[in-house]
Amino acid sequence: MGLHKTEYKGLLGWIDARMPTLMLEYKKHASEYYAPKNFNFWYYFGAFAMTVLVIQIVTGIFLVMHYKPDARFAFESVEYIMRDVPGGWFIRYMHSTGASFFFIVVYLHMFRGLLYGSYRKPRELVWIFGCLIFLCLMGEAFFGYLLPWGQMSYWGAQVIVNLFGAIPLVGPDLAIWIRGDFVVSDATLNRFFSFHVIAIPLVLLGLAVAHILALHDVGSNNPDGIEIKDKLDPKTGYPLDGIPFHPYYTVHDLFGLSLFLLAFFAIMFLAPEMGGYFLEWNNFIPADPLTTPPHIAPVWYFTPYYSVLRATTEDFMWVLAAGVAAYAILLFVALQKPAVKYTVLIVALVLVALMIGGPLKLDPKFWGVVLMGLSVMIFFALPWIDQAPVKSMRYRPLWHLGVLVAFVLVFFVLGYLGTQQPTPGLTYVAQAGTLLYFAFFLLMPWWSRAGDFKPVPDRVIFSAH
Amino acid sequence: MSSVAVPGPIEGDRRSALISTCVVAGAGTVATATPFLLSFQPSERAKAAGAPVEADVGGIPPGEMKTVEWQGKPVWLLHRTPEMLESIKKTDARLADPKSDRTAYPTPKYAKNEFRSIKPEFLVVVGICSHLGCSPKGPFGAGANPQLGEDLGFVCPCHGSTFDLAGRVFKNKPAPDNLQVPPYKFLSDTVVLIGDDSKA
Repeated sequence: MGLHKTEYKGLLGWIDARMPTLMLEYKKHASEYYAPKNFNFWYYFGAFAMTVLVIQIVTGIFLVMHYKPDARFAFESVEYIMRDVPGGWFIRYMHSTGASFFFIVVYLHMFRGLLYGSYRKPRELVWIFGCLIFLCLMGEAFFGYLLPWGQMSYWGAQVIVNLFGAIPLVGPDLAIWIRGDFVVSDATLNRFFSFHVIAIPLVLLGLAVAHILALHDVGSNNPDGIEIKDKLDPKTGYPLDGIPFHPYYTVHDLFGLSLFLLAFFAIMFLAPEMGGYFLEWNNFIPADPLTTPPHIAPVWYFTPYYSVLRATTEDFMWVLAAGVAAYAILLFVALQKPAVKYTVLIVALVLVALMIGGPLKLDPKFWGVVLMGLSVMIFFALPWIDQAPVKSMRYRPLWHLGVLVAFVLVFFVLGYLGTQQPTPGLTYVAQAGTLLYFAFFLLMPWWSRAGDFKPVPDRVIFSAH
Repeated sequence: MSSVAVPGPIEGDRRSALISTCVVAGAGTVATATPFLLSFQPSERAKAAGAPVEADVGGIPPGEMKTVEWQGKPVWLLHRTPEMLESIKKTDARLADPKSDRTAYPTPKYAKNEFRSIKPEFLVVVGICSHLGCSPKGPFGAGANPQLGEDLGFVCPCHGSTFDLAGRVFKNKPAPDNLQVPPYKFLSDTVVLIGDDSKA
C-alpha cells in the first residue's frame, strides 16, 4: 500500500498515514523537544523575536495594499494610510513600532547569549545564523526606512549608499549601481521596496528556520551553561533536567508574550513616535534632494555603529594604527605556531602601512566604513574569542560581569552620541567608546580566561515555583 | 539490493556527459545572471536626465546664495563679498587639499585657482559633501557656527565636515575632498550654464 503505519485516529491518522513527516517534526520540535527546565526571563526573547517577525510580515502585507512605491506618491500614500485608510494608522504604527521592538528584542536576545555563553561549542552555528539574521534585519530596516520618502528616509539612504562609495576603485560606480541613478531617486525607492517586501524577508525566514533547526539539533543552553544532554534518564533516554517544549515552554512563552504585547501596545498607542526615536520628526517632511535637514541621525538601533563611523577622523587614524600594531605584538607573543605568528605580523604590517601611507593614507571615510563594518561583524567571532573555561556568567568571576556591563554601557553611550550633533568634545568621547568597544572583543581571549572561576554544578539549579 | 557492474568505458563516457552537461548548464546559469545584474544600472531615462541647467546669478545680492538643481543635486551659486574672498586667503594652512590636487572630483582647469571659480565673486559648487553625500549648511559668518569657529564657511550637518567659502574642506574632518566644481561656463555676464563647459 505504501501507507505509513499510524498510531493516530481519525483525520490526523489519515494524514499521518500519508505524510508522517508532519507529526514527526511536531514531536521533534515541540512535544518531544527537551529544553532545560531552568530557563529564566532572558529566555523569552527568542519567542518575542518570532512574534515580532510575524507582526511585521502581517502588517507589512496590509501596508503594501495601500502604499505606492513611487517617488511622487510614496510620502502621500503613507499619509493616506495614516489618515484615510480605515484602521490604517493602527497597522502602520504596529509596523513602525514593530521595527524598533525587533531591535530591542534582538539586542536583549544577543545579550542573553553573552551572559550565558550560548554561542559556545556546540552552538557556534546557532550563533552564526543568529548573526546573519541580525545583518538581514539591519538591511530590512534600512531598506524599509526609505519607503516613507521623508527627509530622513532620503538622506539616510544617501549616506548609507555612499558608504559603498568609500571602497577603492569600484566604490563610486558601485554606489551608482546600487542606487540605479546618480542620486537617490525613484529607481532607488523601487528597488528598495522590492528588497524590503520580498528579497530580504525570504532570506530572513530561511535563516530563522536554520537558526531554530541548528538549535534543536544541539539543544538549548541554559542559565547554568550546563549540557543537559550529559545527564539522561536511564529509562526514557530523555535529559533529566529537560522538559518538553510543548506544553511547558509554549505556555511559559505565552505568559511572557502577554506582558510583552502589553508593553508593545502601550507604546504603540501612547507614544508611537517615542519622542522622535522610533519615528524621527524630520521624516514627517517630504524628501527634498536639495536640502539636508539641519540635524540628521539614523534611527536609534543604528546609532552605536554610526558613532563608530563618525569617530574615525584623520587624527584618530594614528591611534588606530598604533592600536593595530600593539595588538599584533600581543598576538605575536601569545600565539604558539610560528606560521600563524608571522602571518599575523605580516598582515598587521600591511594593515598599518595602508592606514598611514599609500592611496588610503589616513582616509577617514574609507577607514570609518571599515571600522563600522567591523563593529557589526565582530559579533561573529564570539564563539572563538570567548575562552572562559565555563559558559555561564554565574560561574565566572564577578568582574567578568562587570566587563560585560561596562561593554553594554559603552554601547549605550555610543548609541546616544550617534543621535547627537558631533562636537569636538563628543567626538573624543565617541573615540574612547570605539576603542573600548573593540577592546572588549579583541582582548576577550585574555580577559575571559583570567580570574577565579566557581565550580559548575552537575545538574541545573532549579526550584519549582 | 544487487548491484550491476557497469563496464569501464561506458562509465567514463557517462561521466564525461555528466560533466559537460553541468559545465554547459553552469555557464548558462551564469550568463542568465547578466541581464539581472545589468538591470541595476541607471536606466536610459535616468542617464538622459542630466541635461545642463541655466541659472541667472545677476539677481543674487552680495553675500547671499542661490541653489539650483542639476542632475538631481543641489548646485550652489554664492555671490561672495570682498570680505568673504579675503577669508579664503587665510585658510590655506588648515585645509586638507588647498590646491584642489586630489582627483576624486577633479576641479576643472578654469576653476583651479585661488577662489576655485571663473569669476572670483561667484562660487559655483555642487552642494554635496564628499564624505557621504549630505548637503552642507551655510554660508556661516565668523563665529556664527561653533564648528567653524572664527572661520567663514559651510558645515555638513551629518558628520561635521567644514568647508571654507571656496568649498575646500578643512583638515582632520571626515570628508576627504573639496566640494565638486561642476563643469560650467558663463553664457553672458550674469547667466551661467551648469553641466556644460564646452567652448562654442
